[in-house]
Amino acid sequence: MGYTLVYTQVLEFVPYLIKGAWISLQIAILAFFWGMFFGLILATIRTFGSKLSNNLVICYVTFFTNTPQLVQIYFLFFALPEFGILLSPYIAVLLGMTLNAAAYLCEIQRAGFLSIRQNELDAAKTLNFTLLQQVKYVILPHIMKVLFPPLSNHYIIMTLGTSMAAIFGVEELTGRAFNINSETFRSVEIFSITALIYIVITFIATFLLAIIGRYFFKAKIRIIQ
Amino acid sequence: MERLIEEIPNFFTIWNVIFLAKAMGVTFLLTAIGCIVGFSVGGLLAIFRKTKTIFLLPLRIFIVFYTEIFRRIPFLVSLLLFFYVFQIIKISDDLFLIATITVCVIATAYIGEIIRSGIESINQTQWDAAAAMNFTYYQTLKEIIFPQAWKVILPPAFGFFIMFIKDTALASQIGVMELTFAAKVLNNKGFSPLLSFGTILILYFILSFPLDRFGKYMEKKLASNRN
Amino acid sequence: MPQIEIKSANAFYDKLHVLKNIELSVDKGEIVSLIGPSGSGKSSLLKMLVGLLIPKSGDVYLNKTLINYNNQSDLRAIREQIAIVFQQYNLFQNMNVLKNVSIAPTKIQKRNPKEVNEQALFLLEKVGLKDKLKSYPDELSGGQQQRVAIARALCLNPEILLLDEITSALDPELVKEVLDSIRLLAAEGMTMLIVSHEMSFVREVSSRVVFMDEGSIIEVNNPKNIFESPKEKRTLDFVGKILKDK
Repeated sequence: MGYTLVYTQVLEFVPYLIKGAWISLQIAILAFFWGMFFGLILATIRTFGSKLSNNLVICYVTFFTNTPQLVQIYFLFFALPEFGILLSPYIAVLLGMTLNAAAYLCEIQRAGFLSIRQNELDAAKTLNFTLLQQVKYVILPHIMKVLFPPLSNHYIIMTLGTSMAAIFGVEELTGRAFNINSETFRSVEIFSITALIYIVITFIATFLLAIIGRYFFKAKIRIIQ
Repeated sequence: MERLIEEIPNFFTIWNVIFLAKAMGVTFLLTAIGCIVGFSVGGLLAIFRKTKTIFLLPLRIFIVFYTEIFRRIPFLVSLLLFFYVFQIIKISDDLFLIATITVCVIATAYIGEIIRSGIESINQTQWDAAAAMNFTYYQTLKEIIFPQAWKVILPPAFGFFIMFIKDTALASQIGVMELTFAAKVLNNKGFSPLLSFGTILILYFILSFPLDRFGKYMEKKLASNRN
Repeated sequence: MPQIEIKSANAFYDKLHVLKNIELSVDKGEIVSLIGPSGSGKSSLLKMLVGLLIPKSGDVYLNKTLINYNNQSDLRAIREQIAIVFQQYNLFQNMNVLKNVSIAPTKIQKRNPKEVNEQALFLLEKVGLKDKLKSYPDELSGGQQQRVAIARALCLNPEILLLDEITSALDPELVKEVLDSIRLLAAEGMTMLIVSHEMSFVREVSSRVVFMDEGSIIEVNNPKNIFESPKEKRTLDFVGKILKDK
């Protein structure tokens, strides 16, 4: 084996990588929240909209959940210029992730809507809750509790998904790993450290989400085991 | 727009169509092999993870680390890591092999977790009854737990399979000739990116959508059987 | 010679001290009932006897042999002699009634399948479930499931039978049919430890009654004394309350 692992050469780049991790988180959070917003609109249309708009949303969701996010971004980045729409790599990635997230989060939120059982609404009505009170005291807490685990899970998936931004030159965590790699060629060391950083940030995220879930929404998620 | 329509016959030549079909085959093969290995080895990991003897403790610790690690690294980073490790240890430079091994390792971690979840969903009372009648751990799993757990395991496992088809798109980054790579090749050859990437999107859809529908149908059937 | 002897046994569920210095001996053919409030350790005592709860200290003897709870073959040995019927029946959901009863004798005790099958049929007929052989647990009522569980335990040919609140999860109408099956067994001389809230039944079949509270054995005596003239105040309170509720 004519290669020895030399981590010391690469350690100086760790702060640079960690700054990249912040950018990854930025992208994930932005895409997640915009995806939630649009997903909510889509879920509302699906639950309450006309047959036509319902079917349109179904087409949208079906398309985006049955094709890879990477190729969706490739399309936005390379094919849109044909129509005169030029997107920067960062925007293309963000847009792609948002559109993708909107489809998945639409389905998750729709499941939340559907999970409200008629009995709960009836019980609230018999207690003379106004519509607003029903929403505030019965519907919202229940939905939050039901939605929190799958939403958290999808957020983690999206955080890991930001790594494909590197393919388009965005300087988030993986992208910076690429940069360092082309400078030092210490590939295994660099990518193993990058992997480690991803593990750490997902652990932190899962941990924080578990705490938020337990205290604010009484929803339980596992960390390990 | 007219340019696009002109390009279509040039795009859909026999050679290209065969090329795309092969790429689709590679995508499917990667996914299928990954999931078959993932199910088998993942199943073993799930079984050994729940043993109690002290002798298997190192194995249990390894399994926990393995599962947690490979589920928290992006697919792309795992692929690159394995790619470069293979370069060092010089076993092979067959890109498909490297991608397949990576895919198997990742799928094992995820499916192993799904199987473990399924096993744990079976009530402790079943284990107690079995233990009280002197069933060994493995006998309990074989005769009692797995026959009940598979219904809980199958829907998410199938869901993973469908998701995995899309994840294999990242294998394009280490040069494996699957669908996404094929799109890049065609794009680089000068075909319109709209046509190249658009067609690939449709091809992924053709792979994924029927399986997705089947998965939903299967889930409905299992749920109604339970009632 | 006592068949079961427990000396100063202590057991914990995590940090909870569920069995405190238990002293008990049971002779062959005896029917000992355990009564007491919820959480008093009655089920835990049964679970310990069948090896599902490991005592932290103390000794348990089966036919004068000390049981080493850390030894797998010792645990297997007690289960070859003691069978338990759980409060929640714990039937195997993926098997029909006949298979539930016959699987352990066939696969674990490695007996002749034909012989096991015959015995299973006999037992199921005895508990009145002859026409439910191919049914699955979720197709049966609580009482029927409990009777399957009894047949299943008996098919193991145990020396000692443990019954853990087997009527508690049943509708009142179904309780009688289960108790009838137990009366049959009692008449046949099986050693039994019964945890039950059915005081009249306990009084009828038991040779001795053990009152437990908060993990300890408070009083042991024959049924007449326990119900009519208990020595301990706690026993009196409990018995008084239970009989009043009836």
